[in-house]
Amino acid sequence: MESAMRKLSPAPESAAALPREQLGRMYLQMLQTRAFEEKVAHFFSRGMIHGTTHLYIGEEATAIGAIAALEPDDLITSTHRGHGHTIAKGIDLNAMMAELFGRRDGSCKGKGGSMHIADLDKGNLGANGVVGGGLPIAIGAALSLQMTKSSQVVICFFGDGAMNEGTFHESVNLASVWKLPVIFVCENNQYGMSMSVKRSTNLDDLSERARAYGIPGKRVDGNDVLAVYEAVREAKAFARTGGPSLIVAQTYRFQGHSKSDANKYRTKEEIAAWRAKDPIPRFRKYLAENGAFSDAELVALEAQAKEQIEEAVRFATASPEPDLETLLTDVYAE
Amino acid sequence: MTKEPQQSAQATRDITYAAAVREAMSEEMRRDPRVLLFGEDVGVYGGAFGVSVGMIEEFGPERVRDTPISEAAIVGMAAGAALTGLRPIAEIQFSDFLVLALDQLGNQAAKMRYMFGGKARVPMVVRAPEGSGTGAAAQHCQSQEAIYCHLPGLKVVVPSTPYDAKGLLKASIRDDNPVVFLEQKLLYRKSGPIPEQDYVVPLGKADIKRKGKDVTVVTWGRMVPMCLDVAAVLEKDGIQVEVVDPRTLVPLDRATIIESVCKTGRVVIVHEAVQTAGYGGEIAAVIADSDAFFHLDAPIRRVAGYDVPIPYNPKLEKAAVPTPERIERAVRDLLA
Repeated sequence: MESAMRKLSPAPESAAALPREQLGRMYLQMLQTRAFEEKVAHFFSRGMIHGTTHLYIGEEATAIGAIAALEPDDLITSTHRGHGHTIAKGIDLNAMMAELFGRRDGSCKGKGGSMHIADLDKGNLGANGVVGGGLPIAIGAALSLQMTKSSQVVICFFGDGAMNEGTFHESVNLASVWKLPVIFVCENNQYGMSMSVKRSTNLDDLSERARAYGIPGKRVDGNDVLAVYEAVREAKAFARTGGPSLIVAQTYRFQGHSKSDANKYRTKEEIAAWRAKDPIPRFRKYLAENGAFSDAELVALEAQAKEQIEEAVRFATASPEPDLETLLTDVYAE
Repeated sequence: MTKEPQQSAQATRDITYAAAVREAMSEEMRRDPRVLLFGEDVGVYGGAFGVSVGMIEEFGPERVRDTPISEAAIVGMAAGAALTGLRPIAEIQFSDFLVLALDQLGNQAAKMRYMFGGKARVPMVVRAPEGSGTGAAAQHCQSQEAIYCHLPGLKVVVPSTPYDAKGLLKASIRDDNPVVFLEQKLLYRKSGPIPEQDYVVPLGKADIKRKGKDVTVVTWGRMVPMCLDVAAVLEKDGIQVEVVDPRTLVPLDRATIIESVCKTGRVVIVHEAVQTAGYGGEIAAVIADSDAFFHLDAPIRRVAGYDVPIPYNPKLEKAAVPTPERIERAVRDLLA
C-alpha cells in the first residue's frame, strides 16, 4: 500500500494556498448543498416532493472538495446520493429544485427526478439509480477523453456499497489496463442502506483494494474538504499520464438511507459522534482562522446560500407541471 | 424477392454475411473517426467468429480494442463513450452473455436520453451473435431478441442476408440511439449479393423477401432462408407464400406486415426464439389489433422454438427450434 500511495505525484501546492475566492466558493457550495437537502426533506415530509430521496447531509466535503480540484470541463458520474456532486459541478439551482418537484422547467423536464439528474453541458454525466451503475459509464467517458487526446479527466463517484458490485471490479481493472484518465472516488459513508461496511467487507481500509488492480489508492478524511481536494488534485495530475487511481473518502450520512429508514441499524451515539465531525462547521472554523474570512463575510455566504435555495424553491413551485404530451417524447433521438 | 430500390440497378458481388458485417464496420470507421470497435478477442484473433479479421491491421489497436472478459464494462463503456462523443461498436461474443450487461444496456444506455430530459445522445451499437445449430448447448445458442425489444430506448435489428447485414449495420452505426444488432451465427458463412456502391438499409423498414397471395409468413434472422426454402417447396403444390422479414424488430414496420396479412388473410409467424413471451406474440397482437383482423380467414399461427433450453445432442438441438417440416405443416394447416 505504501508503495502504491507513493505513486501519486507530490502536490505542487498545498490546499491552503487556494485562492480566497475559491475557498469562499467551496464553502458556499457546501452550504447550498446542506440547505438544498434540508428543503428537500422539508417538502418531502409534506408530500410536495414525491418518490424517494437520498440526502447528502454530512457528506458535503467529499463532493465539493473533489470537484473543486477539477476544471469546469472535466467530467463526473454521480450516484443516487448525488445532489452534492450536481451542485458542485455548477448546475442551475432553480432547474435542479424544479426537477425534484418534477416540474417542466426541471433540468430533466421532470422526467428524471433526484436519481437521474444530469447536467451534460456542465460535464455531469448523470446520477444513477443503480448502485455501481455509473462505473462503466465513467470509464467510457474516460476512453473518449483518451481517444481524443484531451487533457480532461473523469471523476467517478460511488459508495462503499458499489465496491462489492461486479461493475467495480470490471471497470477499475479495465481503466487500469488502458490507463484511462479516471479518478475513482469512493464515498465510504459506512453503510449500504443498513449494511455496515464492517459486515460487507473484510477490510479496514477499502483503498487497499487499489493494489489488486495495480493502481494507486489512498484513504482520506471525507469530512475535510481540503484533504479531499488535495487528494483529488494529486490524482488528477496522475490521471493524465499514469491513469486511474482510487480515493476512499471516509464520511457519514447524518440522515437515514432514504425515506423508509428508521435508523435501526446504527446507534444514536454513533450518529452523534459523526455529527461532531460535521464538515461544514469544521471548514468554517478553518476559514475563520486561516482563510482570512471575517465572521461577517461567512455570515453573508450563509445568508446567500439560504436565499439561493429559497429562490430555487420559489422557481420550482412556480414552474408548471410538464404537459402530458411530453410523456412519449425523448425516448429516441431522431 | 424484392430488393431495396438502390440495389436493383447496380452491379453486385457476392460476399458472406460475416464479411458484410466487417465491411459495414470498416467502411464506417474509414468514414467517421469517432467509430471504434471493442470487445473480447476482436483484435488479432479477429473475433470468435472471424467477423473482425484484418480490422486491427487496418485501424490499429486504438480503434479495434481487445477487452478483458467484462461484459458489463464493455456495454457500459460504450454508453459512456457514446454520451461523450464517440460512436462505439461493442461486440459481445455470444448474445447469451449480453444478459451479463443487462443493467448497462437496459437501465443505463437505453434510458439516458429519456431520464435526462432529451439532452443525451447515445450512438452505440452492441453486436452479438445468436442462434442454435452449433452444438454449443444451452448457454451459447439462445435467441433472446424479445428481451431487448421489451426495453424502450433500444432499437433491435436482426438481419437475415449479407445485403441486410451490411446496410442495416451501417444505419445502426449512424443512428443516434443504442442499437442491439443480433447477428445470426449459422448465416455467417452464407453468401449473397450486395451492391458495389455504398448503401444503407434504413431501420424500421421490413422487406418482402418473397411475394405470394395465399399465406403470409412473418419471420426474421436464420428462419428467413428456411422459410424461403419451405415456400419454394409449397409453390410446387400451387401454394404462394409471402415471406415478410421485418429486419428490425424495434422500430417495427407494422404497416408492411398488416398490409400483407390483409392481402393473404392467413399468417404464420416463425422465429427461432422460444415461443412463450417471444416477439411472435407481439407480432400476432399487432395483426389482431389492426384492420388485418377482419381479413383473417384462419387463426394466427406461431411456429417457434419450444420452451426448453437448447440441448447438446444434435438431433435434440435441431428439434428444439422450428424445422422446415413444422413450418410447412403450419402453412398447410391454415389452408386446409
